[in-house]
Amino acid sequence: MLFGIEWDTANDWVFAWSILPILMRGLVVTVQATLLGFVVGAILGLVLAALKGARLRVISWPAAVLTEFLRDTPLLVQLFFLYYVLPEYGLVLPAFLTGALALGVQYSAYMSEVYRAGLESISHGQTEAARALDMAPLRTFAVIILPQAIPRIIPALGNYLVSIMKDVPVLSVVSILELLNVARIIGDRTFNYMVPLTMVGIIYLILTLIASAGIRYLDDRLPRHGIPLR
Amino acid sequence: MQEMNNPSDPATQASNPMILMEKVVKRFGDVTVLDALDFEVARGEKVTIIGSSGSGKSTVLRILMTLETINEGVIYIDGKPLWHEYRDGRLIPASEAHLRTMRKEMGMVFQQFNLFPHMTVLRNVTESPMHVLGLSRQKAIRRAHKYLDLVGMMDHLDKFPSQLSGGQQQRVAIARALAMHPNIMLFDEPTSALDPELVGEVLTVIRRLSEEHDLTMLLVTHEMEFARQFSDRVCFFDKGVIVEQGTPEELFTAPQKERTQQFLKSVM
Amino acid sequence: MDWSIYLKPLWLGVGVTIELTLYSTLLGALFAFLFGIGRLSHQRSVRWASISMIEIFRGTSLLVQLFWLFFALPVLGKALGVDLRLPPVVAGTLALSLNIGAYGAEVVRGAIQAVPASQYEAAKALDFTPCQALWRIALPQAIPEMMPSFSNLAVQNLKDTALVSLIGLGDMAFQAERIRNLTQESVPIYTLLLFMYFGMALVITILMRLLELYVSRWRMRRG
Repeated sequence: MLFGIEWDTANDWVFAWSILPILMRGLVVTVQATLLGFVVGAILGLVLAALKGARLRVISWPAAVLTEFLRDTPLLVQLFFLYYVLPEYGLVLPAFLTGALALGVQYSAYMSEVYRAGLESISHGQTEAARALDMAPLRTFAVIILPQAIPRIIPALGNYLVSIMKDVPVLSVVSILELLNVARIIGDRTFNYMVPLTMVGIIYLILTLIASAGIRYLDDRLPRHGIPLR
Repeated sequence: MQEMNNPSDPATQASNPMILMEKVVKRFGDVTVLDALDFEVARGEKVTIIGSSGSGKSTVLRILMTLETINEGVIYIDGKPLWHEYRDGRLIPASEAHLRTMRKEMGMVFQQFNLFPHMTVLRNVTESPMHVLGLSRQKAIRRAHKYLDLVGMMDHLDKFPSQLSGGQQQRVAIARALAMHPNIMLFDEPTSALDPELVGEVLTVIRRLSEEHDLTMLLVTHEMEFARQFSDRVCFFDKGVIVEQGTPEELFTAPQKERTQQFLKSVM
Repeated sequence: MDWSIYLKPLWLGVGVTIELTLYSTLLGALFAFLFGIGRLSHQRSVRWASISMIEIFRGTSLLVQLFWLFFALPVLGKALGVDLRLPPVVAGTLALSLNIGAYGAEVVRGAIQAVPASQYEAAKALDFTPCQALWRIALPQAIPEMMPSFSNLAVQNLKDTALVSLIGLGDMAFQAERIRNLTQESVPIYTLLLFMYFGMALVITILMRLLELYVSRWRMRRG
């Protein structure tokens, strides 16, 4: 019994059907962690990208090193770091938030690269043309650069959303009851790991396929040359 | 049912055309590129094919080199069917094994040279004799030296294609094709991708080849002056058929058909 | 804070991490070529098998794959009457290499397809078999293209080895957690651990760059 739901170990198929609602609870946690981690990562990534683009070497260089550092170290270790180290400095977060934070921090490094690449791919000619027309820098960014960058950035970010979802099981080490963790607990208690773990695999496959299709759809719908402005 | 020619009979051999294309049709989707083409090339003959783009001239070469299939018709190379083979006295579509045997009769030089960029000049020429013909390393190198000497590239054996000019690369490509000892050499616009000052060196090699060797040679080119000097026969292709053919004197100085006259006026 | 207490046990873990990374990257490269080339096969069965493997191991989480191989496979084996209990080392290496192989397969496939069609035509004109053309002509030209992506995958693999600590394999992360349990001093241990991974990642990046230069020798020469 888990989450108050009983399971039936009569045979594998009955078992599978009976644990499905339990796995769904875990799936909800997975989705929540994915979305929260994505949002945190997107925001932190933006900050990181802004810092890296700063004109002062004193700011941009440490930001670049930090990005590389985050990309080259495992999520698991970053998670342990935040989980054990933060409380020592007085910040005690619930495990779920720590997990989402770890996901966000790890992926902020990747997402900052997406922002940077997306913005840089809009030719410098666009900026020069805007300056020749005496457009203010902020307006240039908001009205010229950003709408053209978005169709390139969004699909790339979408791919990282899927990656985050596949990294959520790592959060199980801090006892977050996401999908894999739930399945493992069921396995621990019934000694039948095969059924729950296989189901988790299938659920992940389905989720990935849906998400990939969604990103492809988004990619098709987003106009190639930028958000049209009338 | 097709009558079988016996290629090994000397009398037959003398009278056999080297290349015989009968009512060959080639379609790309809805477009008919070759329209029931009848085409014959005698043993040792040097034929130039001219025509505007889309006329099907490159396609003829590509079909002979088995790079393109045919939709209808039969092709014989030295009496042996190319895209068909005999089974119980009947012609059926050729198997890959048959094609591989037939391919050895032809050698091709491409417009874009298509040298293997990751191999040296020497290796480009020895690779196929060693691994397709099964020659020993020694024999293959000797053979490579012979043909690289013929094309004048002996000073560049250890260079990579990226270190060579276009003319040099094309000459290596010619040596590479010759090293397989084909009976027929196909040249698909060999100088069209070259800077003007490099065209001469390649044409010189091709002319040397035609004078010193008994090869049957098929050349597709826009170099009309060279065609005049090099060819036994010139064929003008238009819209997938041969409009007119004859000796260089006949075709260039006294073209009969109007389309030929129009084309020659536009290129000369 | 006495750093030396931490270094020795961590050092034990380093050996395991390096071995694991090395074996799983090599095996992963093998899988990448197998699945990537299989994906381009003319035989439908080979193509579909490759696509399935690629989609399954890219579409599910690595930790799920790891747990499945370690926990679920034995159960399946018992039902079939076969002993399929994998030691953590085997399960870990297998999961890591299948995972990286699936991602690498797409890199391999893309690079092979990027080789110009004219190269295949030249090979055909010289009467190479399709197999010879792939092995002698296409692959040598495709491999330099794959190297930058392979470098990223190798670093990713290094990071992923940390997960095998969760099935009890004594790598760096495992040792670190053990030490933390004993000494309760989290900050130094995990800071050190992070820097150790960072250092190893940099070493891998440099090694891969050297490898890239080696396989690209012929591309570097200019007349």
